[in-house]
Amino acid sequence: MTALLEVEGLEISFGSLAAVRGASLQVNKGETHCLVGESGCGKSVTALSIMGLLARNGRRDARVLRFDGTDLLALNERAMSRLRGNRLAMIFQEPMTSLNPAYTVGSQMIEVMQRHRGATRAAALARAEELLARVRITSPGMRLGQYPHQLSGGLRQRVMIAMALMCSPELLIADEPTTALDVTVQAQILRLLSDLQKDLGLAILLITHDLGVVARTAHRVSVMYAGEVVESAPVAQLFTKPMHPYTRGLLDCVPVPGKVRRDQPLGSIPGMVPRMTQSFRGCAFVERCTLARPDCAGEIVRHRLAAQHDYLCQIPPDRVTAP
Amino acid sequence: MLEFLARRLLVALLVCVTVLTFAFALTRLAGDLAISIAGAQATAADIEIIRKAYGLDRPILEQFFDWVGRAVVGDFGQSYFFRERVSKLIVDRLPITLTLGLVGLGIALVVALPLGVISALNEGRLADRLISVVALLGQAMPSFWLGLLLMITLGLRLGWLPISGTGTWQHFVMPGIVLAFSAIPALMRLTRSGMIDAMGSDYIRTARAKGLSRASILLKHAARNAAMPVVSIAAVQFGFMLGGSIVIETVFALHGVGFLAWESISKNDYPTVQAVVLLLAIIYTLLTLAADLLNAVLDPRLRAS
Repeated sequence: MTALLEVEGLEISFGSLAAVRGASLQVNKGETHCLVGESGCGKSVTALSIMGLLARNGRRDARVLRFDGTDLLALNERAMSRLRGNRLAMIFQEPMTSLNPAYTVGSQMIEVMQRHRGATRAAALARAEELLARVRITSPGMRLGQYPHQLSGGLRQRVMIAMALMCSPELLIADEPTTALDVTVQAQILRLLSDLQKDLGLAILLITHDLGVVARTAHRVSVMYAGEVVESAPVAQLFTKPMHPYTRGLLDCVPVPGKVRRDQPLGSIPGMVPRMTQSFRGCAFVERCTLARPDCAGEIVRHRLAAQHDYLCQIPPDRVTAP
Repeated sequence: MLEFLARRLLVALLVCVTVLTFAFALTRLAGDLAISIAGAQATAADIEIIRKAYGLDRPILEQFFDWVGRAVVGDFGQSYFFRERVSKLIVDRLPITLTLGLVGLGIALVVALPLGVISALNEGRLADRLISVVALLGQAMPSFWLGLLLMITLGLRLGWLPISGTGTWQHFVMPGIVLAFSAIPALMRLTRSGMIDAMGSDYIRTARAKGLSRASILLKHAARNAAMPVVSIAAVQFGFMLGGSIVIETVFALHGVGFLAWESISKNDYPTVQAVVLLLAIIYTLLTLAADLLNAVLDPRLRAS
């Protein structure tokens, strides 16, 4: 298994607010890596910072930020823009507004290939039509001439996916791609992403807050909390042996048919993700954790349960997994 | 698109009919025309003669339809003051006003658009604030005063440009600058806010995620969406430049339509007043129509609705 994207000690801040505090994750070639966490935990800015798309007031720093061996930290904006849309692509949460209302679907799709591959208009249009069919859009030739406002949300997200695939990227970052869509459309889009990944050998970094999505699509999961990756494991491991109290709490919030009885209340995690500064030390979850001990306020060491499974907590494992 | 066009044309036509009526009614509401034409020393008999001669004794509706019937074929009658056909007066003076307006609009756009974009890209930074302050000063400066300042510096001291008249293209530069000055702040602000909106939008994030060049992001993706309010306000400003340049036409001794309007109003030359009001209204209507059509070309959503 070879690493395609390596992130170590990623720190992102907006002024005094620390959005990401030393997060690490690794996406391997051809695998789906899910990044899970509740709103405000820093998963979207992590994705944007990998793409080099942070807002002007965002500061990014990391020990390692490598894509297929290339140090992204060393690239200037010009070199980075040569990678974006070409070898790493991204789709977003807002399909309704992510396409430019003033240009046709075709015109927006072909410019990616014209820019990165120097393709002719005809060749790029042929590729666009092929990809629209690929993401299961009917009469793709007709869609090329349509404007975004003539398409539904599901169709627009398919167009976004097809557009991201124009240059056959090795990594696709999908930031909550199904959150804004109907449940039936969500399932279709997720199946589409899984199929594309198998067929094209694409690596996907899928950002979501939906553990159902994780269970269906992920090979590997990283759980993010208050700007840190608190647990990372292969999907089956994480669901059967959650080591971090936060992961455990997240899993308790999901009803499992057959396991959870109708009269049994669902779990919840009281409180909200705290606002952090870069100087914060100790466990960020301590305020909401039922197992917290006085020493949780001190430096926390990363523990390793198996070769592929690590977590950021010092509570003995038996206490976390116990019901 | 055809339906859109038809609807806009119908609205434009209705506006013209309304203005036609108002242009006629306003001159009648101003008082008894026969008395004001005859002057202060006229006797009752003189006034009666004038009333007959100008056809003012006829029923008001008859006068109206007679005037409208002639106006639609471009005949606005004889000017009382200039002793010339009103249509000839306008044809003589319109080119001066149009030239002045176009020069003014051109200068305004060339200055306002880049400044607005620069301001937007540097939102909140020094360049943005500096540009805002300059725009504010520009807006606060009376145009006749700026005109005089330019005459003294560029015209008299440096001798680069002629200070009055309409002989060459150079004659239009200084009044053009003064005219542009009043339009620049509004155009610049709209360009700035439009660009800030566009640059913060999701589709620009998409364009950046696609790795497009900065030029393509700015000029293709952002500018087109930012352009619509600017097009609308530019049309209004152009209309204002054509109709409201009386002060500047006076300062620089350019005898255009604005000057004609002022002269004819002060001389009670009502056929000319009516014709000028109608002409300016039609120009405004056409400009608005043109702006709507241009916006429909820029934004496909407008064509659909």
